[in-house]
Amino acid sequence: MKAAVRARFEELRSKAEAALAEARAAFRIRIQVGSATCENAAGATVVFEEFRKHIAASGRTDIGLHRTGCTGRCSREPIVTVFMPDSLPVKYQFVNRELVHKIFTSHVLGGHPLLEHVLDGPLTHLPRFKLLYCTSPRCCQLQRELWGHSPEELLRDLGIGPDLVQVYESSCLGACTPAQVGKLAHVLVQPEKTLYRLRSKDELREVLEKHLLQGQPVERLAVPGKTVGRKFLELYGDVAFFNRQTRVALRHNGVLDPTSIEEYFHYRGFEALATVLERDNPSWVIDQITRSRLRGRGGAGYPTGKKWAFAAASAEPVRYIICNADEGDPGAFMDRSMLESDPFNVIEGMIIGAFAIGASRGFVYVRAEYPLAVERIHNAIAACRDWGLLGEDILGSGFCFDIEVRLGAGAFVCGEETALIHSIEGERGQPRPRPPYPTERGLWDKPTVINNVETFANVPAIINYGPEWFARLGSEESGGTKVFALAGKVCHTGLVEVPMGTPLRDIVVGIGGGPPGGKRIKAVQTGGPAGGCIPESMLDLPVDFGTLTKAGSIMGSGGMIVMDETDCMVDIAKYFMEFTCDESCGKCTPCREGTKRMLEILDRITSGRGTLEDLGKLERLGRLIKKSSLCGLGRAAPNPVLSTLAHFRDEYVQHVTDKRCPAKKCKALIVYVIDPEKCVGCTVCARNCPVSCISGTRREPHVIDQSRCIKCGRCFEVCRFDAVKLT
Amino acid sequence: MNTGSQTRTSTDNWPEVEASCRRILGDRLCQFIDQVKKDPRPESHLIAVLHQVQAEFGYLGTSQLDAVAQLMQIPAAKVSGVASFYHYFRLEPRGRFVVNICFGTACYVKGADRVAEKFKTELGVNLGETSKDGMFTVEACRCLGMCALAPVITVGDDVWAQVTPDRVPSILEGYIARAKGS
Ligand SMILES: Cc1cc2nc3c(=O)[nH]c(=O)nc-3n(C[C@H](O)[C@H](O)[C@H](O)COP(=O)(O)O)c2cc1C
Ligand code: SF4
Ligand code: SF4
Ligand code: SF4
Ligand code: FES
Ligand code: FES
Repeated sequence: MKAAVRARFEELRSKAEAALAEARAAFRIRIQVGSATCENAAGATVVFEEFRKHIAASGRTDIGLHRTGCTGRCSREPIVTVFMPDSLPVKYQFVNRELVHKIFTSHVLGGHPLLEHVLDGPLTHLPRFKLLYCTSPRCCQLQRELWGHSPEELLRDLGIGPDLVQVYESSCLGACTPAQVGKLAHVLVQPEKTLYRLRSKDELREVLEKHLLQGQPVERLAVPGKTVGRKFLELYGDVAFFNRQTRVALRHNGVLDPTSIEEYFHYRGFEALATVLERDNPSWVIDQITRSRLRGRGGAGYPTGKKWAFAAASAEPVRYIICNADEGDPGAFMDRSMLESDPFNVIEGMIIGAFAIGASRGFVYVRAEYPLAVERIHNAIAACRDWGLLGEDILGSGFCFDIEVRLGAGAFVCGEETALIHSIEGERGQPRPRPPYPTERGLWDKPTVINNVETFANVPAIINYGPEWFARLGSEESGGTKVFALAGKVCHTGLVEVPMGTPLRDIVVGIGGGPPGGKRIKAVQTGGPAGGCIPESMLDLPVDFGTLTKAGSIMGSGGMIVMDETDCMVDIAKYFMEFTCDESCGKCTPCREGTKRMLEILDRITSGRGTLEDLGKLERLGRLIKKSSLCGLGRAAPNPVLSTLAHFRDEYVQHVTDKRCPAKKCKALIVYVIDPEKCVGCTVCARNCPVSCISGTRREPHVIDQSRCIKCGRCFEVCRFDAVKLT
Repeated sequence: MNTGSQTRTSTDNWPEVEASCRRILGDRLCQFIDQVKKDPRPESHLIAVLHQVQAEFGYLGTSQLDAVAQLMQIPAAKVSGVASFYHYFRLEPRGRFVVNICFGTACYVKGADRVAEKFKTELGVNLGETSKDGMFTVEACRCLGMCALAPVITVGDDVWAQVTPDRVPSILEGYIARAKGS
């Protein structure tokens, strides 16, 4: 035990808290603006600037303005939160220049929130309190007893109306213990942020009467401390998209200012590092990680504790640790979000990892397409050096470690660990055969641990809240949660973090809201170019490494693209085959040539020239490539084709025998025609056709010259009389 | 390790070669290279150097690549090999504004191909080409990490989310106006 470490840490924490307290005291009112690549694309930079101008013009000095990362509610951005004294924070969605003016004058200066612009609103009124009750497995049993038939009824009996309180169900508030089942239930009351641990109906009544009706929190029943995920739910627990999620890796997203190390300290930042350095025992750390059943979040799901143990056992004293932030799956963006919204957390995870394996140098390998992530991680590293958390003698423990940032340059294969190592060495990013694994011979031939961003993001939480808690959160197979990037044909796109083993349906329908416009889900693509399409009939599948592999897909990095009836499965398979063909590094023949052959066959099928033998050929080629490729890119490349062939063979057959694309996506198999009965001759289509192949005189039916039509679909879109048909 | 570099330093005309390389790359880049050469493994910074060169010149020309090879003492074949391996690096000059259309999965299923089609017809170019007036280069890329706002494009440093073919002309006009204004 090194007691000096704890003292040094407390000193830093006090310094951070003092700085924060000073800032908080100066500002009675706070405005928080989301700031990440996605937020900025939606207009957050303009919004921030506009608030700054409004505050300056108002002459008020008690209004603070600060940034936070992104919450992952991408489809509603930019998101702005206004904190007024003694009232519930109000979150606004789709904020733009005009709305800034309204929010500032009406809410910030006038005290009247704009209920019609509230996130996931509109609201009819803003209640005085919000109450979240946990409906997760460990609390739900007793909750049902406590609340009886419905919360509404109970509140009515007590004379508590909706003006006073709004009640929401929420995911785990993080205050539970394994022994509690059926004995304890957790409830959070806002804006006081009081977390109650209740045992009986009487205690619930007491809270409702004292806290809500008399405005006096019941200290006796309150749980102290900062439980995981609590901060997030305090702020976002009233939003359906969020209160069904369990946020561990993303626990600070949208909560803290990613550019402020002081704020990170405030949310238990570096406490895990202090614990680890105080104990001064690498095997203790590895044991914690092993017991948590944390598995790598970069795709393969290798047990992190085991990987660390291998490197730690090496005879070679020089070792390296690398954070893989290449995020190559086209459709995944959780790593970007974590780096932009909570960079200190990732760094803390890396320092702990470095200590566990005995590395003195670390690298963050980030893709160049993420400039803001690069900037935030650079800033965070610099701040850590200033505060003595990186560099020599970290927290007075004698442990020395520093981190450098290295940029990728747009090669998907560089996400593969041996290719990534070559890339850091300044070489072409080509993989090499394994074994030897990097833990034995990695960067500059030294033992090297490579972990994904999300893997590191979980590490401080595991140390702070304990490996048993983390293991319990997940499934039999793997501990903790997984973040998914939900995109494609769903109402609510964004980042979703749920316990391992959560059914796919809960994610895409329960949280994502299914496809917009009442369309039906056809398939969910997971795992990107290495994964596959899971049909609607299998949506009850619990999501985990093993279950997805069994279904012919993979977990991958967590990209999840929802597809509806208008998406063609053959076209999607071809899309991914084009991708891997482009990205194959060319080192080995099965991958380089095999993917080309598969693409040619898919091309034939989608253009109506395919034969039934082609389907068998695809399967044989696919199996061959999987077996004989050198690295994971080639070995997984056939998955999108094989999985769609397995689950959607009919669709392939239709392309081949009927020369028909049921989703009407494959250009060669569709025709645009004008229905002379419906066409009124408005000429709009003719004027919009990019190749001018529509003829006809005004007020007469128009005709498409099929020989010149490029099937762009423009006429179909612009006709207001539903006269253009797609067959 | 690489003997080529050792012999090169000892050639007689090194001072002239060095001076000319420094002229080609300019002070800022030379300072960056001098900085990374202090690292025990300077060659591991090659990709970072190439990023900087591309940021400065918009692409990696042969003369810049040669200058980098000389100043970093890395064989020219290796420098161009690395430059051509990574998609992010451009070996040809590009237009004043580079339009990057995301063809990642999310953008693809949300209609990135139709957006690309519109850019191509508006500018009369194919993907990877530059418009005749040298104003726009249209390129395809893989996932910009804003999949939830698909389809996404970038023009220079600006990000445009939820782009529809209809918005393309006005987006282009904005940049033409900006170019004229400056
Ligand atoms: C073609 C290919 C691309 C990969 N891309 C990534 C990536 O972008 N990010 C990542 O973390 N891992 C990626 N991986 C997995 C890495 O090789 C490695 O397994 C992972 O970074 C280990 O970290 P983990 O144990 O924390 O998952 C990729 C693998 C292959 C074969
Ligand atoms: S499988 Fe493909 S990407 Fe991997 S080494 Fe072989 S050619 Fe390169
Ligand atoms: S699909 Fe396109 S090219 Fe064909 S007729 Fe319609 S607008 Fe013209
Ligand atoms: S837009 Fe429709 S109604 Fe008008 S001319 Fe074309 S097909 Fe006929
Ligand atoms: S299950 Fe209720 S607080 Fe965790
Ligand atoms: S797929 Fe286009 S931003 Fe990710």
